[in-house]
Order: sequence, then C-alpha cells, then structure tokens
Amino acid sequence: MKIAVLVKQVPDTETKIAPKADKSGIEEAGVKFIMNPYDENAVEEAIKLGGETTVIGLGPDRVVESLRTALAMGIAKAVHIDTAGKSLDAFSSATVLAAAIKEGGYDLVICGKQAIDNDNSQTVQMVAELIGAAQVMNVEKLEIAGDKAKITRRTSAGKEIYESSFPLVIGADKALNTPRYASLPGIMKAKTKPVDKKTAEALLGGAAALVTFSNYQLPPERAAGKKIDGEPAVQAAQLVKLLREEAKVI
Amino acid sequence: MGDILVFAEHDGGKVKKSAFELLSKANELVASAGGSVMAVAIGSGLDSVVAELAAHGAKKVILAENANLATYNTMAFTKALAAIVDEFKPSIVLASASEAGKDFIPRLAARLKAGLASDATDLRIDGGKLVATKPVYSGKASVEVSFNSAIQMATTRPNSFPIAEPKAGAQAETIKKSVEVGDLVCALVALEKADSSGKADLTEAEIIVSGGRAMGNADNFKILNELADVIGATVGASRAAVDSGFAPHSMQVGQTGKVVNPKLYIACGISGAIQHLAGMRTSKVIVAINKDPEAPIFTKADYGIVGDLFTLVPLIKEEMKKALA
Repeated sequence: MKIAVLVKQVPDTETKIAPKADKSGIEEAGVKFIMNPYDENAVEEAIKLGGETTVIGLGPDRVVESLRTALAMGIAKAVHIDTAGKSLDAFSSATVLAAAIKEGGYDLVICGKQAIDNDNSQTVQMVAELIGAAQVMNVEKLEIAGDKAKITRRTSAGKEIYESSFPLVIGADKALNTPRYASLPGIMKAKTKPVDKKTAEALLGGAAALVTFSNYQLPPERAAGKKIDGEPAVQAAQLVKLLREEAKVI
Repeated sequence: MGDILVFAEHDGGKVKKSAFELLSKANELVASAGGSVMAVAIGSGLDSVVAELAAHGAKKVILAENANLATYNTMAFTKALAAIVDEFKPSIVLASASEAGKDFIPRLAARLKAGLASDATDLRIDGGKLVATKPVYSGKASVEVSFNSAIQMATTRPNSFPIAEPKAGAQAETIKKSVEVGDLVCALVALEKADSSGKADLTEAEIIVSGGRAMGNADNFKILNELADVIGATVGASRAAVDSGFAPHSMQVGQTGKVVNPKLYIACGISGAIQHLAGMRTSKVIVAINKDPEAPIFTKADYGIVGDLFTLVPLIKEEMKKALA
C-alpha cells in the first residue's frame, strides 16, 4: 500500500501572536515553528502501518525541517512543495497537494485533522474531494484488512465505526496514537533519505485562491473582573447571586 | 445581492438552535443588502422542521429527502447539498461549524469551487459581497475573510449570533426534493452511543465546567459532573488534566483540543496556560476557582475565587440547586 502523509508547520502553541503593522499577516520573526501537532499523529500512524510511505510538506524552506523529523521518525521518503513566497488559501493548497498525490498514486492519505494556525480544517476535506477519495475526519483508530479500511472516530453521538474502500483520506485526532520520538540512528539515517523538490506554482495549474485573509487583529483584552472574598460558603452564595443578577447567565 | 441558503441542522426532526442563529443573522444581512433567505434540511421524514424554520425567517424551506440520508454521511450530504445549491443558486451558503458542518462543508466548497470561511464569529455584507470575521491561532488573533468566488460560504461558530423572536404562524414555501445519493463507498457500520446522553457537545455547549491538573485524578471529576448536572453544563478539561490521564482528549478545551464559546465557563483548578486561554477566551462570562492567587486565569476571569475547588464546587452546586429550585 502506498501511503502519503501531509504535514504543515505552525507556530508553537506557546507563541504569542502579533499581527504585522499592515495587518496582512502575523510577525514570523522570532517565532518557533513546529510540525502541526495533529500531523505528528498522522506521521506515526503511517509508520505503524508500514508499506511505502512518503511525507509531503507544502510551505517555505523551513518545512524541510519537519520533513526531516518525519524521516527520522521512520517515513521512507519526502516531497517538499515550495510555496516560494506565494500565498495560498485552503483551496489552492488542496489543489497543489491533490496534484502531488495524483502524481504519486497513493491509496491512503493521512493528515492531521486541522492545522492549528488558521484553524480552517478545510484542506484535508478539499484534498479528498479533489482526488475523488472518501474521507473520515477526527479519526481515533484505523485498521486495514485487504482492500478495506475500518475507521473509528468519536463524535458527540458516540463512537462511530466506518468501513471504506480506497483511495481514502484520514484526518488524525490526538487519540489515534502516541507519536514516537526520533531515535539517534533515525536522525542519522534521515540525512541520507531523499527529499524531492516540487513547486506550488507548477502544481497549481492556474487555480486561483477563492478567499483572501486580511486585517489580522488581536482580540480585545479581557479585563480582570471581580475577586469574591470571604468564607467558602459566602463565596459560593455570592458567586451564584452575581451569575444570576449581574451576569444573568444562570 | 443574491439569496442566502442556510443549511439547517436537526436532530431527528427537531431543529437545532444553530439553525435559528443562522436564520436570524441571514435575515439581518438581507434586510440591508437585499435577497431572500432559504433554508434546507437534509434527512428523511422532515415535515416537522418546516414550521419552526418559517417562524425563524426562512421564506423558502427545501427538504432534501432520501432514506439514505437519515444518518449523517459525508459524501451523501455533500452530494445532496451540492444538488440543492445547483438548483436554487444562492450566492451565499451558511452552515453551523458543528461536527457535521466542519466535516462536509469544506468538501462541498471544493466541489462548488466556492470560497469558504470556517468557524466565523461575525458576518457582514460589504459592496454586495460577504465578509466573515474568524478567529485564527485558536483565537489569539482574528482575521477578515473576503471572497473571490461567485458562491460564498461560511460555517459559523455556535452561540455567535442572537436569535430573533420567532413569528408564530409565519409561512414558507415548502419544496420537497428527492435526492439520489447512490452507493456509499464509506459508510457507518456501527455506533456505540455515548453515555453522556442529553449533554451538549463542548463546542455547542452554553455552559461549561472545566477541570485542570488540580483535579488530582479522574474520579474527582465526579464533583464537576454533579455541578454540571444541576446547571445543565458540559464538562471539559485542560490539557494538563488530559495529559495527566484524568480525562479523555475529547474533553480537552484549548488550542490542541476544542475551541469553545459558551455563555458561562467555570474553570476549576485551571492555571490558564496560553494554549488553554486561546480555546475559551470568547466565553461571555468566565469564572475562575483556583488556590493560587497568582494564576494567570484570574486576569481573564469576570469572577475569581481564590480557594479550594474541592470545598467550593460542592457549595456552589448546593447554592445553584437552591437558586434554580
């Protein structure tokens, strides 16, 4: 089975976000970029399943770092699709990734369920649509038997189990697995593994962005509110009174 | 401006609150920019949804029915809604950023070559086109999304818009469409029902009681569950609590968990790490209970109590019981 894993780099979760002066994006200087956390679960799952594994990363040069991490964890080869300064929306990203996936002829595409930068959770589903594959998001368990996949995911309704044929696109949730750390021999080996280069421009095939992001802003600061003092019983009674009479939320 | 189509979700024929929010907002948009508001429900046996959707401002109610659509399925719902959009040609399609909305609306957008703003918290019309505001970096910043496509789509975060007073007896033109969905290449074969019956999903909950590392163990979440039962809340957890094994990841609120938007968020023993604050900062009212007076959560809380949650939470439960009796 040919498996592709899609990875993206995002600012570390501890990053304080600051919009650029012209509000066209965020300041990237000094920001530590990491592999999108859900993508780590996608990489782990591909390694566990084995077979012919390829990690595909779309983004600027720094993405190669995360591709090397995936190779060090155990993925066989990598493809870096260079955005080369071009800004892509979810649809154009999906168009580029779908083109690369079609070229590679993969049966299974594993992704993180969403990237924690734009929080769109669009690209994965769009890739599935553009390559004509089934999709299952928020996946907690993936089992493969012959030409069928059994996929478990959790929704508010409960635990759902799907059966699907291939090609299939999976959006990994945290509960899918525990990503391994790269071992020292793994890191050494990763240095000799191939990283193919492609450009977004070439794979885009003239498709245009459907949305534009602008006017990046920080949310209004929340002012600190009231401290409720006194004995616990007094505090509890006072809180309930305030929630009912002042905040009117109960 | 053209028409707005609202994808109205329902639970076995009972319309979800998110649909009323969307209809209220859609009516506000057409009041200034022109156009008409339509609603579409997908499923089987949908007659019960018509009156409520009409009362909340749908001028046209489309029922896309097929026995295959009784259970949610990504590909089937994509196909059904694509057929409705093709036929009724709205210029704007709105849906809730619910579990289903997040799942299939992006796929539909790609099929229709329509721009999509996910998880929007505000919508407006500017020069005849939709502009959506959405949080990015889990709410550490926000951005405006404008559209370059003919069809403009948005999913909106639950609890973002007030619901206008319904007009009892309002009429809507009702159109039934039988939608062919064909064979499903990916189908639900089993469902183990969750035991939290009747509890709203965290992302849609109006009240959330959340526990942090200070809960100490999984059993102690019982006191949060008891308070939640009294006030109709859903229970959440911080990443620290999830990483410590006190709660499953499905309960995690924060940047790598669920982003929530309740009217009341009660944080118990949560220090307020930046990644947790990102996930709950849009809550209308935040209550923090923590032993540590220096905990960062207090800088965001509307009401803060420095004290022991194991003493306070049961007392608050009793006070709530009295107040709500």
